[in-house]
Amino acid sequence: MILEYFMLFLLFLMLGLAIYAVETKDLLASVVAAGFVSLVASIVYLYLQAPDVAMTEAAIGAGLTTLIFIIAIRKTERYEK
Amino acid sequence: MRKWLAIIFLIVLGFFMAKITSSFPFGEEKWGVSRHYVDKGIEENRGSNLVTSIVVNYRGFDTLGEVTVLFLAATALAFLLSTCRCRRRYERREASLIVKTASETLYPLLILFGAYIFIHGHLTPGGGFQGGTVIASAVMLMLLAHFTFHPNHRALSTVEGLAGITFVLIGFAGLIWGGSFLANNIIPLGQWNRLFSAGVIPLIYVAVGFKVGSELSGLITDMIKTTKEE
Amino acid sequence: MAFFVASILLILIGLYAVLVKRNIMKIVIGLSLMDTGVNVLIISLGFIRGRTAPIVNIKDLLVNTSSKVVDPLPQALVLTAIVIGVAVTAVALSIVMLMYSKKKTLEIEEYKELKW
Repeated sequence: MILEYFMLFLLFLMLGLAIYAVETKDLLASVVAAGFVSLVASIVYLYLQAPDVAMTEAAIGAGLTTLIFIIAIRKTERYEK
Repeated sequence: MRKWLAIIFLIVLGFFMAKITSSFPFGEEKWGVSRHYVDKGIEENRGSNLVTSIVVNYRGFDTLGEVTVLFLAATALAFLLSTCRCRRRYERREASLIVKTASETLYPLLILFGAYIFIHGHLTPGGGFQGGTVIASAVMLMLLAHFTFHPNHRALSTVEGLAGITFVLIGFAGLIWGGSFLANNIIPLGQWNRLFSAGVIPLIYVAVGFKVGSELSGLITDMIKTTKEE
Repeated sequence: MAFFVASILLILIGLYAVLVKRNIMKIVIGLSLMDTGVNVLIISLGFIRGRTAPIVNIKDLLVNTSSKVVDPLPQALVLTAIVIGVAVTAVALSIVMLMYSKKKTLEIEEYKELKW
């Protein structure tokens, strides 16, 4: 039962972080929030009995995608006008 | 104005999506074709991890197409960035001694961990895609900590090409001696839950691991190293 | 049920960023959020309550497997979709970098050459 409430909390956290990632003006903070959404999603996959997908999401969504976005921000600009 | 139009459109779209998904009961049995994969998977393939059996054998043709898309994306990225006169706006600082030493210590261990994940792909969670990603993140760690680190581009593309050819050749071997593309009866299947079992599945997944690892490492290297100093 | 609602909301938030935001980097972030939402939706369609993961490595699971494990097919589909997603994001970002090197701005309204 407590696990289900924890999952509910994680889903709300995921939505809140997604709204923050869309609305903030600082693109670096936005990218970090989007990576955090992926990390929370990998915990949700673990609850849904999909360990293979959880491993892929944790390694790609939270690691590689965030790095690629940060490289692109370093070569363009950081603040949204 | 545009914002409110978009919000109205999204509400309508969300209503129809909720309508469609509410016809699927959550958390109950909805078996389709995967019932056969689950019931006969051990008998036909001897791989403990059923997801691996589906990705590599039953739906192996999909995986081959997916690996091709990955190759195409890496090629397109290298082509696009070769014409780019991108300059970085924020200067790079030298990493501290702790970061450098720790990344040098972790680099071989991370590559070993990635190899462990894709060799045991048919027994435990994980496989070629996950292991390849772990190897790529080891390369990423070195690229972030050291200015001078540069992976050998020729070696990466050679490994990538050889891994892709291995996948296709195993498929054609199945076509010639087994009866269908990627058939899993050309070498003995072995015993359930052993390292040397499951026929061609571990061979293909090791090839996929090498291919994904070298491809993503090359992609990250391309993105970091394109800056032209002027 | 909560998983369906949350993943649909995540898809809609990503689509909102694509439709409304004027910054190109925000649009790419919205596409990546939509990707996550679709993956969570597909995985939660294959979930069955009270079952274990589809990895048959103990003797108990060998008999009558289909009443003891969840559906492995959506997991296999999502596994490849995630890896494709990172490659597509990388291509999109390299296009963004190329566009920025031409005009030195990330505002989508400045790029009018292909508008009709």
